[in-house]
Amino acid sequence: MRTIKFLLQKEFRQIFRNKSILAMVLVMPVVQLLVLPLAADYEIKNINLAVVDEDHSPYSQKLISKITSSGYFRLIGFENNYAEAYKLIEKEKADIVLQIPRHFESNLIRENRAGLFVAVNAINGTKASLGSSYLSTIIRNFNGEIRLQLMQPGRFSRLEQIETPIRFWFNPFLNYHLYMVPGILAILVTMIGGFLSAMNIVKEKEAGTIEQINVTPIRKHHFILGKLIPFWVLGNVVFGIGLLVSWLIYGIVPQGNIALLFAFVAVYLLAVLGLGLLVSTICETQQQAMIIMFFFMMVFILMGGLFTSVDSMPDWARVIVRFNPVSYLIDVMRMVILKGSDFEAVRRKMMLIATFALVLNTLAILNYRKRA
Amino acid sequence: MMFFINSQGKPAEATNNFHMKQFLAFVRKEFAHVIRDRKTLLILFGMPVVQILIFGFALTNEVKNTSILIVDHAKDMASQQLITKIEASQSFEVQRSILSPREIDKAFQEGVVKVAVIFPVGFNESLRHENSAKLQLLADASDPNTATTLTNYLGAIIEDYQSANNALKGTPFSIKTDTRMLYNPQLQGAHNFVPGVMALVLMLVCVMMTAVSIVREKETGTMEILLVSPFKPLLVIVSKAIPYLLLSLINVVSILLLSVYVLDLPVKGSILLLFAESTLFIITCLTMGIFISVKTSSQQVAMLISLMGMLLPTILFSGFMFPIENMPVALQVFSNVVPAKWFYIIVKSIMIKGLGFEGVWKESLILCFITVVLLVISLKSFKIRLA
Repeated sequence: MRTIKFLLQKEFRQIFRNKSILAMVLVMPVVQLLVLPLAADYEIKNINLAVVDEDHSPYSQKLISKITSSGYFRLIGFENNYAEAYKLIEKEKADIVLQIPRHFESNLIRENRAGLFVAVNAINGTKASLGSSYLSTIIRNFNGEIRLQLMQPGRFSRLEQIETPIRFWFNPFLNYHLYMVPGILAILVTMIGGFLSAMNIVKEKEAGTIEQINVTPIRKHHFILGKLIPFWVLGNVVFGIGLLVSWLIYGIVPQGNIALLFAFVAVYLLAVLGLGLLVSTICETQQQAMIIMFFFMMVFILMGGLFTSVDSMPDWARVIVRFNPVSYLIDVMRMVILKGSDFEAVRRKMMLIATFALVLNTLAILNYRKRA
Repeated sequence: MMFFINSQGKPAEATNNFHMKQFLAFVRKEFAHVIRDRKTLLILFGMPVVQILIFGFALTNEVKNTSILIVDHAKDMASQQLITKIEASQSFEVQRSILSPREIDKAFQEGVVKVAVIFPVGFNESLRHENSAKLQLLADASDPNTATTLTNYLGAIIEDYQSANNALKGTPFSIKTDTRMLYNPQLQGAHNFVPGVMALVLMLVCVMMTAVSIVREKETGTMEILLVSPFKPLLVIVSKAIPYLLLSLINVVSILLLSVYVLDLPVKGSILLLFAESTLFIITCLTMGIFISVKTSSQQVAMLISLMGMLLPTILFSGFMFPIENMPVALQVFSNVVPAKWFYIIVKSIMIKGLGFEGVWKESLILCFITVVLLVISLKSFKIRLA
């Protein structure tokens, strides 16, 4: 027991002596939380629209002003013909071109039918589909208004109308930050726990001091605990700082129980540290540890449901995601912070992560015995 | 060349060749270092492959397979028709049950369903006799985009149902929109991310590996030994960068092969131009790695700076994961300094739009400029510190 205390003293001293690492560890969460949600905004706005109005009628004017007042689109060009508007797409100045053909208004009134042409730069699939769906919704609404106008007012409406009031739960203003920030907190905790722990042990290997420790009577599990605990503490501290920052800057207050959050993070850190430990046992240089951890982190983060939803993945990918601890953390963060889920909802995931932690740490200890 | 004659009366060109042999010897040594490290090599070659596979087959921004809940209090003809229509669309996994609002809340909380559609009692009656009915949609908006997309999509289905019914009663005035998707009619994500993965992988290998490899020599002390040799220090550094140049070119080839044969994304423009531009970008990244190595003295710091200072901005500000136009203006301006942003535009223009050099000369010039600036700064700092 006393050995662990001394080891911990040594570890903490080493960490605090290294000012640059410490600064990075404390500053990085803040910077990431500030920059990432601002940059990682999938909300589609400011779509550049070029309009080719060949009709110049009151209806076409009305449609255009309805589109621009929606706030989703920025009118960047009014061209005479489609060819010129297309050049704007080539130059990446316009994302969408709307062509209103001649006789649009007269066709609509006299022949009950009129057509519009929309060309979308579909290189960015999301932007294209969301942009065109916004545009079609606006056109549909415009169509409905015209219809009501043209049909006799006051008479009993012959048309069936289904109204669909929508209520958005947990995030009534559709604020994208509420979605991103818990996920980013999860990434933060994972990176600190994973990278630092892996690199720390390998550093000792590289410097040769690990052999010196091995010839002392210090037990192997003491040594490993001595390495795990400081980073476990650090991880929890970083999480606390992260929560504070997200409250101060984004006004995010966890709807659920904060203690539950901390409890889950505590268990989760054990799993991530276990992974770092495992990686460090198979590497001889810091460079290797760094790149292997980076590889794992990248796969975990991409397949964790932070940027794209897990549901949309094909079945084989979803199986892989089940083995990805980060996806559980991101889920739980969102559940507890945004939806206020309680322990019952989180229990299964906590058990799973605890199993991960057990397996990874055991593997690491076994591996360590064989090598060292 | 005849001006420089050394002590033996031989022309100085012989001296230059002597340096070339030395240089090649160093390059061979560096290659040996890199190849000896099998684990790292595996990951450096495997990473682009894995990334392309993940982006190509696992990730998508489309909303698919979401579970929606239908609570049918009406159980009449109209509700059945509409529900059948929704189920037939095959975009959702429909669960039907009668749940109370609290139970719906619980279902949302556990993440089991993302949208709930609630049919009120007497739906058919209201629709047929009063010509108006209300359908309540509840959406789990913790992911705003999914919520919007789903509700928009449901709205379109419901609208379709309405106009089919109304069409029987007589034609209302209808506007038909013909939408055409340019460059990427099937809305494949590949067009967006393959250039992005290229930029990312090249950045990673060239910046991080070069920086850490040079700093390693500094840390272990072998750099000083090299510096006291008659060999030019600059060539030591350059020889460290060469293996990563080759490695990155191989990565470019593998990414292109994967993209053409596995993702069905051909290269519309000139492949030669693509390689030339990639080499330019690689050189820019190598220069960045050298710059970092000149400024730091510990591997951990070099790695952290490469990751936080280089990789994260590349992922964020190159524009391939998140659209730059969405970002606040300050960040948009900052993104101009990130070389990956320009390279991403170049690759997109060549690969997907099929433009030639006239389309990308501006961006290439910017990359050259960044390289030269970094090179000059590195050389200046370099002389002072290690000379």
